[in-house]
Amino acid sequence: MIQLDAKIPEGPVARKWTEYKAHQNLVNPANKRKLDIIIVGTGLAGAAAAASCGEMGFNVLNFCMQDSPRRAHSIAAQGGINAAKNYQNDGDSVYRLFYDTIKGGDFRAREANVYRLAEVSNNIIDQCVAQGVPFAREYGGLLDNRSFGGAQVSRTFYARGQTGQQLLLGAYSALSRQIEKGSVKMYTRREMLDVVIIDGKARGIIARNLVTGEIEKYAAHAVVIATGGYGNVFFLSTNAMGSNGSAAWQCYKRGAAFGNPCYVQIHPTCIPVHGDYQSKLTLMSESLRNDGRIWVPGKKEDAEAIRAGKLKPTQIGEEDRDYYLERRYPAFGNLSPRDISSRAAKERCDAGYGVGETGLAVYLDFASAIQRLGKSVIEARYGNLFQMYEKIVNENPYETPMMIYPAIHYSMGGIWVDYELQTTIPGLFAAGEANFSDHGANRLGASALMQGLADGYFVLPYTIQNYLAPEIKTPRFSTDLPEFNEAAKGVEEKINRLMNIKGKHSVDHFQKKLGRIMWEKVGMGRTGKSLTEAIEEIKAVRREFWQDVRITGSTGELNPELEKALRTADHLELGELMAMDALLREESCGGHFREEHQTPDGEALRHDDRFMYVSCWEYAGHDKEPVLHREPLNYEVIKVATRNYK
Amino acid sequence: MKPCRWFDPDRGHIRNDQSSIIHKQIITMEKKGLNLTLKIWRQENAQTKGEFKTYRIGNISPDCSFLEMLDQLNEQLVDKIEKPVCFDHDCREGICGMCSLFINGRPHGNDTGITTCQLHMRRFKDGDTIWIEPWRSAAFPVIKDLVVDRSAFDRIIRAGGYVSVNTGGVPDGNAIPVKKKNADLAMDAAACIGCGACVAACKNASAMLFVSAKVSQFALLPQGKLEAKERVSKMVARMDELGFGNCTNTGACEAECPKEIKITNIARMNRQYYISQFA
Repeated sequence: MIQLDAKIPEGPVARKWTEYKAHQNLVNPANKRKLDIIIVGTGLAGAAAAASCGEMGFNVLNFCMQDSPRRAHSIAAQGGINAAKNYQNDGDSVYRLFYDTIKGGDFRAREANVYRLAEVSNNIIDQCVAQGVPFAREYGGLLDNRSFGGAQVSRTFYARGQTGQQLLLGAYSALSRQIEKGSVKMYTRREMLDVVIIDGKARGIIARNLVTGEIEKYAAHAVVIATGGYGNVFFLSTNAMGSNGSAAWQCYKRGAAFGNPCYVQIHPTCIPVHGDYQSKLTLMSESLRNDGRIWVPGKKEDAEAIRAGKLKPTQIGEEDRDYYLERRYPAFGNLSPRDISSRAAKERCDAGYGVGETGLAVYLDFASAIQRLGKSVIEARYGNLFQMYEKIVNENPYETPMMIYPAIHYSMGGIWVDYELQTTIPGLFAAGEANFSDHGANRLGASALMQGLADGYFVLPYTIQNYLAPEIKTPRFSTDLPEFNEAAKGVEEKINRLMNIKGKHSVDHFQKKLGRIMWEKVGMGRTGKSLTEAIEEIKAVRREFWQDVRITGSTGELNPELEKALRTADHLELGELMAMDALLREESCGGHFREEHQTPDGEALRHDDRFMYVSCWEYAGHDKEPVLHREPLNYEVIKVATRNYK
Repeated sequence: MKPCRWFDPDRGHIRNDQSSIIHKQIITMEKKGLNLTLKIWRQENAQTKGEFKTYRIGNISPDCSFLEMLDQLNEQLVDKIEKPVCFDHDCREGICGMCSLFINGRPHGNDTGITTCQLHMRRFKDGDTIWIEPWRSAAFPVIKDLVVDRSAFDRIIRAGGYVSVNTGGVPDGNAIPVKKKNADLAMDAAACIGCGACVAACKNASAMLFVSAKVSQFALLPQGKLEAKERVSKMVARMDELGFGNCTNTGACEAECPKEIKITNIARMNRQYYISQFA
């Protein structure tokens, strides 16, 4: 039975982290060398943690499934990273960033963690500048900022439309330095398939060498999961093709509680679905909403004419356009938070005002910004995004408005962690998007990069030390222990079982089927009925998958079909837990919108009296109902209110 | 009019209740779908010899990406109980640098400023034959089919592609102003995605554009200046060790770079290198 203890330090929220660091256990330099840490993942959280722990003197083993640590999907983040620097003198502060993040998360995040996040946000910017990250600058040589959704200050630092790339390459360069020094050993093209528990503590992982197919065993004193989110359960998402929830799912099956699986973020500005062959959806950065205005035709007949190709958006006059975000949320307008903007787009399209061939698109229009600032300014700000759009859609967004539609983007839910980022399994930590901790039910723009780097550079290297200090007398583990062999055998059996099904349909057939159920029934608008149906349908697809999947090739070679099969097998279980969690949460909050629970004007209706908690799911065994535990959320500093962006 | 199987509404993501839309799409696709002959390099592993194999694929939508076309081919191969074609890919939005492919003699295919995942089938004509090869360079050995080992790039970065600062204890972000022009030039260079197209395009398989982009980024910023000499000499030495060729200024790398990294970075690196050796 899982015991939930968030281990939140005593004292006022602004002092908690300082107090924690002042009293935590430390490990002396000579002993650090004797302690091994496995870090799975090389995104912002993983690479930053590996580099920092390596610098401190720990012996780090770092794993990634791509050919290089620089490929992790953090690299695709476009818009920016938040920090409470107040360089713009617009009234920003650590408290305000903390408040905005809690409010943005619809009062479903843990206060102490979020305050710490806001507190270390400033260190992140300093660190990245020192590493040589080429942030955008003003003519005076100082750092430039832009605005993002859900905030009334300019606190977002950026490097053109490639902020994630530059921050990741910064972490990658720090990691590379440690690899050269020998403090970090890098294992590429490896996928973690199980976590090894010895005497109740995480002591290693089982990984598949993706090139040779070999099942490999690795031991350490502690294990960190920094493997990102599970958006690809939906098949079509803005995630990379390889992004998956498997590593987190193995931790869950070994006893780590899974927090808030139903909270996924649907990003309002993505290029719409255009065909059934499509493999992924491309995000258009939220930063575009600084200058772009979102609209649909105000008249249904205009929308119909556009869909039929008889009318162009540029032919519709100002008076016949419905700038619905500006209309509904005048205070935040086009910079309303993501969940709200996504639902508003869906509402207009469902009502018959959508554009594009499928009617599932809205316009993001730069005409007035180009008129006001000139094309060259817009080009300097968003040139690469406009180019990306043009390559995909074959339309020039300088001349005709972009078409966008919401798409699955980020997982707020994830492995449950305490204040120390430790899961319910001692010695197993989770960082970045893989954990559930900081974003509540909705993440604000430019906060994912902040959280990944906060966890990796400034939180985990401290808290893991607190755990490792009593471990200095524990000698290195042999991977020949029965626990390792048992886990490796389990993985091999699972692979053999999959290979021997020799069914009729490819892996993608099942992943697409699951994705469609998830999008239709566990997507932007959920109902008790749709979720109950989804659970049954997912079970049916899962049964079918295990009877009818076809994997060609063999186990002892590079085999992308087998890789996908292992991930889809896990997604077919994870998807069900997401639906169960969504069914249980009979309220609307953030990205989780239960259609039965809305205000008369269509806003999310929370039920704080019943649901002011984190849902923490405990695995109960194969085909058994998981057990729900609740971590109550206590707001000591912030007054809980209805989110209002009007 | 038989709908092709990847437009089977049961398999896809488009809502069932919009069958009219799907139907419309099938008809439009059938009108303009491409029929192609693919000549693809197949190689079991690093030890075996590879060869081109011929595949035919029909009804490809001009709006789908090159990799989505290969996805469809692989679906067909799995249907026929054959091994799918292995190729590297991940983000599919042109930033991770994972995808490669030498298409009709050009890295990332017949378009500029894009990676293979951003190449769309509208760049091809019905009836075209497309030759698809892996990157060819001694420093990038083939792992399987179209997948190559680019870890040599990581090893070059490890030699010095960083500013030697540890986490914590750094000055405030605004403590050292940086001239906007230099910050912009550094960003231009830092946009490199490490895909290896420059090496694949170069007749000498030189990695000069890749190395110079990293050297330039740091040379242009005050944070990188202190270690500039050591950095350039170590990175160039590592590049030579790993078997990359020399630069003979043909400029193929710049022409094919998906991020349009400028060859002026190589000039900057050469200058830095001379300074490191003689000044």
